[in-house]
Amino acid sequence: MSEQHRDPSASGAPARPAPALSATNKFHVVAHDLPKVDGEGLVLGRPAYTDDLAPANALYVKLVRSPHAFARIVSIDAAVALALPGVACVLTWKDCPRVPYTRAGQGNPEPSPHDRFILDEFVRYVGDEVAVIAAEDEATAEKAAAFVAVKYEVLEPVLNFENALDNPIILHPEPEIHEMFPIGFEPKRNIAAAYHMELGDVEAEIAASPVKIETTVHTQAQQHVAMEPHVAFSYLDVHGRLVIYTSTQNPWHTRRLLGLALQKPIREIRIVKPRIGGGFGGKQQIHVEPFVAMVTLKTGRPARLALTRREVFEATFTRHEMRVSVRLGADPNGHLRAIDMQILSNTGAYGEHALTTFMVAGSKTLPLYNKIAAVRFGGHVVYTNKVSAGAYRGYGAIQGLTGLEAAMDELAHKIGMDPVELRRMNMIHEGETSDVFRIMGEGTEGVAMTIESCKLEECIARGKELIGWDPARLVREVAPGKLRAKGMAIAMQGSGIPLIDMGSARVEFQDGGFFKLHVGATDLGTGSDTILAQIAAEELGVEMKDIVVHSSDTDHTPFDVGAYASSTTYVSGSAVQRAARSLREELIAAAARKLGAAPGDIVYENKNFRSADGKNTLSLDDFSFDTLYHDGAAMQTIAATESFSGEKSPPPYMAAFVEIEIDTETGKVDVVHYAAVADVGTPISPMLAKVQIEGGILQGIGMALYENVRYSEKGHMLSHNMMTYPIPSREDVGRITVEIVDSYEPSGPFGAKSAGEIGIDTPPSAIANAIRNATGVRLTEYPFTPERVLAAIRAGAASGSIGSRLEGAGARTAPRAK
Amino acid sequence: MKLTITINGKNELLECAPGEMLTEVLRRAGYVEVKKGCDTGNCGACTVLLEGKPVLSCSYLAARADGKNITTIQGRVDEARRFAQFLTAEGADQCGFCAPGFTLTVLAMRDELANPSEADIRHYLAGNLCRCSGYEGQIRAIKNYLEAQHE
Repeated sequence: MSEQHRDPSASGAPARPAPALSATNKFHVVAHDLPKVDGEGLVLGRPAYTDDLAPANALYVKLVRSPHAFARIVSIDAAVALALPGVACVLTWKDCPRVPYTRAGQGNPEPSPHDRFILDEFVRYVGDEVAVIAAEDEATAEKAAAFVAVKYEVLEPVLNFENALDNPIILHPEPEIHEMFPIGFEPKRNIAAAYHMELGDVEAEIAASPVKIETTVHTQAQQHVAMEPHVAFSYLDVHGRLVIYTSTQNPWHTRRLLGLALQKPIREIRIVKPRIGGGFGGKQQIHVEPFVAMVTLKTGRPARLALTRREVFEATFTRHEMRVSVRLGADPNGHLRAIDMQILSNTGAYGEHALTTFMVAGSKTLPLYNKIAAVRFGGHVVYTNKVSAGAYRGYGAIQGLTGLEAAMDELAHKIGMDPVELRRMNMIHEGETSDVFRIMGEGTEGVAMTIESCKLEECIARGKELIGWDPARLVREVAPGKLRAKGMAIAMQGSGIPLIDMGSARVEFQDGGFFKLHVGATDLGTGSDTILAQIAAEELGVEMKDIVVHSSDTDHTPFDVGAYASSTTYVSGSAVQRAARSLREELIAAAARKLGAAPGDIVYENKNFRSADGKNTLSLDDFSFDTLYHDGAAMQTIAATESFSGEKSPPPYMAAFVEIEIDTETGKVDVVHYAAVADVGTPISPMLAKVQIEGGILQGIGMALYENVRYSEKGHMLSHNMMTYPIPSREDVGRITVEIVDSYEPSGPFGAKSAGEIGIDTPPSAIANAIRNATGVRLTEYPFTPERVLAAIRAGAASGSIGSRLEGAGARTAPRAK
Repeated sequence: MKLTITINGKNELLECAPGEMLTEVLRRAGYVEVKKGCDTGNCGACTVLLEGKPVLSCSYLAARADGKNITTIQGRVDEARRFAQFLTAEGADQCGFCAPGFTLTVLAMRDELANPSEADIRHYLAGNLCRCSGYEGQIRAIKNYLEAQHE
């Protein structure tokens, strides 16, 4: 074979040599820091995202949205809009199949109720879709949308989730809606889902406990604010099939649910996810795809829709607002005997992710403290006339944790114990389990699991060093009116949903000796294409440049449920590992036949096959041409497809410590240092895992301190742009230190667990505990705005709790209270 | 109305509606490296250089750019590629949507500030938001990049 076939790119030239994870790193590609495969192209701005790729002749789609929180559409007059030159169509609820579905983008059957039509006669929040306009250019589409005359019968909305249950105003009286399996769905009571479990006798245990704690916290709706707004375009291909390019986290769920909503066979739909500009759960759901699809099916023309940022705020999804009440029973030495967690969750107008986020609030927090005699969890998820809640990184666990970790710190205060030691005494360790794993899954029963990797002890020990933890010095006055205080929290998540999430991968040997890796997995910008390629390269004994990865196309890549529930590394990564391992065996068997040896006598290393006696060798490169061009009847495509569904969901863990500075004059809280130590197993890319965690922490800090979806009294969203809903900027946080401890998860690919969500979980809890340590007052209303913190300071000053908490108490001036 | 704008050194004759913002006109002309993130001048994804200085093209009237020089990331591609090596070496590129605008601001900062401290860097780039990275990796990348520029 001539040289011209060979790969000419000798130097990929990363900016620095890839450092090993540790001195004992035995891998050559995984557990190394390698640049993301798409990184340079994205920095250079190459066309890659959905809106960059839309056909030039596509119709522009705009949506008429409800100005009312709750209303019945009496009539829609589109005559004026349709008369505008360039308007292609106006579609209303009368043009939609009367089929309820869910936009949730979860498994099949969906654990979310089918309570939504693409368009309906009723609108249930300000921003709910009323009509779909398509026109030749964007300005015309906008103008036409303004000319659609809609008459509404305005209805009294339910805006406060505390009043939703059994309210005489019922959001969903329509007869067609239903649950797919029992989820506690009672729309006549405004209940989207409900759940209850109890193990042991919680009331008896708490009654018998010498120390009792009761705390209630209220967590707010938070927005994802991925930098790329939701976007899709559609067209009919040469076969007449509907093709949709979309910024989705789960192409297959989108295809299946669109098939249902549009009443089209699944085989007639193809979903492609190009690069996407962040998701965080916000693109797990279906928001734009049905509208472009309807226009393309109606007109036969390509159609494109990119939401404005205001639409993303007003009409996509938020985090579920929750009221979390936790009661603890404990012995005076700190030994926990019982935990009771009761939650009211607000799903907004539709029930997407209602049950599952709710259950995760318990299932991914309660197992942290597994040495208890009794545990109870329950409550309701209710409808309100606000924008729907949906999946958002942390997914209930972050909300549940605020209640649990607040209660744990209150217990520590009550018995005068170091909160770190209290947690160490009660927390889960390697080799242990929790009955909660078995009882609570995501919408269904859970899966029993023994924890094989848990380095919480190491995380805590290192975190204490990083922050300089001294339980006797958790608050100090650094300047007049400036308090510095420390707090901490621990957290866990999961790695996919066991026995529900499935991913698959196909690896194919190509001429030139490289490999195509096709995965259904969905890279949101996390770098999953890169780490999946690393896994394949490691198994196949080749370099990263020998793997060409393609992902997320329902026609051309194998099935994957998508990127959510911290699943990609563990579930999709395991599928890639299996496929690459199968292919390696296939390659060795085929090479053995060619070399006239038994497979067991072939040594494969450095991209060469060698017979055991060393007489015959065959390079991967030469073999690739032989198997595709030279070997006559023996020619074949050598490929392997494998799947993986986890039998467990090994949790990653984190211990997080924060130092905050409170201005006692204004109530402003600044994060001086956030030190977090995580157990994510053995990270496939330590650097990408670390950045995931750093980014998660900053989103969590935003939730703790100021991110808040706010409404007017009539249900109009007040926080509908990035001025009224600011996200953290580069100047808003002091220092974030993230370290990853050595850990190895036996069930994961090369020892890996998930890293995507664990970072966001701790900040709301750790910062609350730091403020409590500073002021003596437990803040229970998120976010901790200066107004609320100032009120706490005044309450603390009034009770004298601040002065007594300062080092050298009594000698220092307590903050002034007016 | 008709505009003549020099984009990345090339004279372009472009159509725009009165009141239309520069982002729309650039994207329609195929300069899709200019991203649309927030529509309100907050996120920095739409940053381009106007006569060498960073501006938010989503808040800059296209008509005002008539006769001016606009540079997108594709106009500084060699320097951008150099910076990308440092950014990707930290994994701080993440979803990449903010990266073209962010990188242009980094290049403008390098041109404008001699020896920026970390606080200077954070301040200069405060208008370029990123929701993925938590900024720490980007700060590491910028420091390494600036250090390498001095070598």
